[in-house]
Amino acid sequence: MNSAFELFAQVTMNGIAVGAIYALVALGIVLIYKATEVLNFAHGDLLVLAAFTTWALIVGLGLPFWLVVPLVVAGMAALAYGMDALVVRRIAGQPQFAGVMLTIALAFMLRGLVSMGFGTESQSYPTPWSGQSIRIGTVAVANLSLVILLVALVVTGGLWAFFRHTRLGVAMQASSQNQLAAYLNGVGVKRVNSLVWALGGATAAIAGIFLAPVTLVDTSLWLVTLKALAAIVLGGFGSLPGAIVGGLLIGLIEQYAGVYLPHGFKDIAAYLVLIAVIILRPRGIFGEAHGRRV
Amino acid sequence: MRFDYHTRYSQGFALLRHKRDWIGYGLLFAGLLGAPMVLSTWMVGEVTYVFILAIASMGLMMLTGFTGQVSLGHAAFVAIGAYGHAWFMAQGLPFAASMPLAALVAAAAGLLVGIPAIRVHGLYLAMVTLAFAIVVEQVIGLWRGVTGGFMGMMVESPSLLGWSLGAPRVFYYVCLVVAVLVLVALANLLRSGIGRAFVGVRDSEAAAFALGIPVARVKAGAFALSAGVTGLAGALMAHHIGYLTPDAFTLLLSLDLVLMVVIGGLGSLRGAILGAILISMLPKAVAVLKTFLPDALARQFGLEIFVAGFVLAAFVLFEPRGLNGRWLKIRAFFETFPLYRRDMFRRQKAYMKSERNK
Repeated sequence: MNSAFELFAQVTMNGIAVGAIYALVALGIVLIYKATEVLNFAHGDLLVLAAFTTWALIVGLGLPFWLVVPLVVAGMAALAYGMDALVVRRIAGQPQFAGVMLTIALAFMLRGLVSMGFGTESQSYPTPWSGQSIRIGTVAVANLSLVILLVALVVTGGLWAFFRHTRLGVAMQASSQNQLAAYLNGVGVKRVNSLVWALGGATAAIAGIFLAPVTLVDTSLWLVTLKALAAIVLGGFGSLPGAIVGGLLIGLIEQYAGVYLPHGFKDIAAYLVLIAVIILRPRGIFGEAHGRRV
Repeated sequence: MRFDYHTRYSQGFALLRHKRDWIGYGLLFAGLLGAPMVLSTWMVGEVTYVFILAIASMGLMMLTGFTGQVSLGHAAFVAIGAYGHAWFMAQGLPFAASMPLAALVAAAAGLLVGIPAIRVHGLYLAMVTLAFAIVVEQVIGLWRGVTGGFMGMMVESPSLLGWSLGAPRVFYYVCLVVAVLVLVALANLLRSGIGRAFVGVRDSEAAAFALGIPVARVKAGAFALSAGVTGLAGALMAHHIGYLTPDAFTLLLSLDLVLMVVIGGLGSLRGAILGAILISMLPKAVAVLKTFLPDALARQFGLEIFVAGFVLAAFVLFEPRGLNGRWLKIRAFFETFPLYRRDMFRRQKAYMKSERNK
């Protein structure tokens, strides 16, 4: 095997690993967007909060990793539920822009609280897979990357089954398609929407727990939201499979740009893709084409 | 109470319709003219910065408040204006020629973003502008030949007809004059056919189109105008900072500008200015607040951003019309005393209307 191919395979592997994270984050944002038409700009800060809480529990209190994961996921789900029930719900009926502003406000508050509560220094915590790697052929793969990929697959599959086969999942679909009709059919729209937020918060927590060991636990982790937005747009706004595919593609594009394009393209590749998709094909890969309603 | 008794047609659309307005704004203007005589140099600099932010905020208000186009990336136009101005000055152009040129460059960039904006709206537009701002920030960092990259770029001191304008107290007047000119120009524009077309496009594109307004051209034009005004603010900002680096124009500046127009109250120039004042005073207010807090809490970072988020959330939830709306309510209370009722500004309740298919 020549080295050009090896490089390509290695870069592809890295891209998939990064893309899996973007996909997880994008998934959470799309979930909430589909249900409540609020584009949750606070998603990245939920992720940061989850990462810092995990750090505090593992390093500070010395709890085992497997105990911390469910604790943090449940905690973030509860927080997200509360955010919707107490704050975001109040702006139903106002223009979308109000939702954008409100979630930006929540993002600021969360970020402020995180810096006040945990300090502004970067931290790191160990996971059961830290520092290990296996070789597939000639390509070295960090075990953590494989775990992330696996987690992303499990979460996606779990969500798919949940939406397909449970009463609550179907109720969530109904309420996201037509709130009034769902309400008239006995779906408790308010509670269901808050539960969708809880679900979104849980995915944010999972993404945060597994992203932080790859990079560092830092407040700048919220920037992953922006990459996830590119993934959502590429996949087709409001499409769950689109979020996954878009996330993986953005991850790959970014890694390829870092290796095969001049210096500097890696950082802006995702955004260039976002702009290009919106101009050339606003419905993305999986998005439905909408007519214009007057 | 106030009674309108017009004896001439022009009174109906005058910018300042009442003698009271003339007195109020006249006093305000006189106060601003005299302020540098009494304020300390540091305070003069701060007020200058408020003027600059107010110009940028008015630029964004034209777009978001009056044309209904969301932009989460206006820092890009501030940056383009600032770097354009600094570069033109470095090429030997005089201050007075370089500033309009920088504004034109920013307007051209705005047109570039505005053309795709014809196709997309709402959240998509917000994301295009956001991505554009990040790309611009990175490009500035990498384009060393023109911008000096991350090392930064010196800005030459401004001068006009051989007079140096660099001293804080002199530069204060430069910014004041530009801010007032921009305000008057935009206020006049809003009363003209163009301004009415902006508002028409904001309220209903279909209705505007049916009435013969070229919607696409109006949208792109609004983007160019808004970017131009914001670029003008950027040119002034370049002098205020003195040394340009890409991290002066990050996402946070974009969000600050959005905060200004939303907290100020969408759809009013007065709101843009009030918002600029509030947002630029917020960090100082928090610093004062910190002196009253226990030491452990006061030393933490992050209180500023928390308070900014809290204020924004409070306005979105409880006063969607912003500071301007609050001002109008207070004014109405006194003007119609004792007839004011809360329902005069009542918001209608509604279940969530989908904007998905719009």
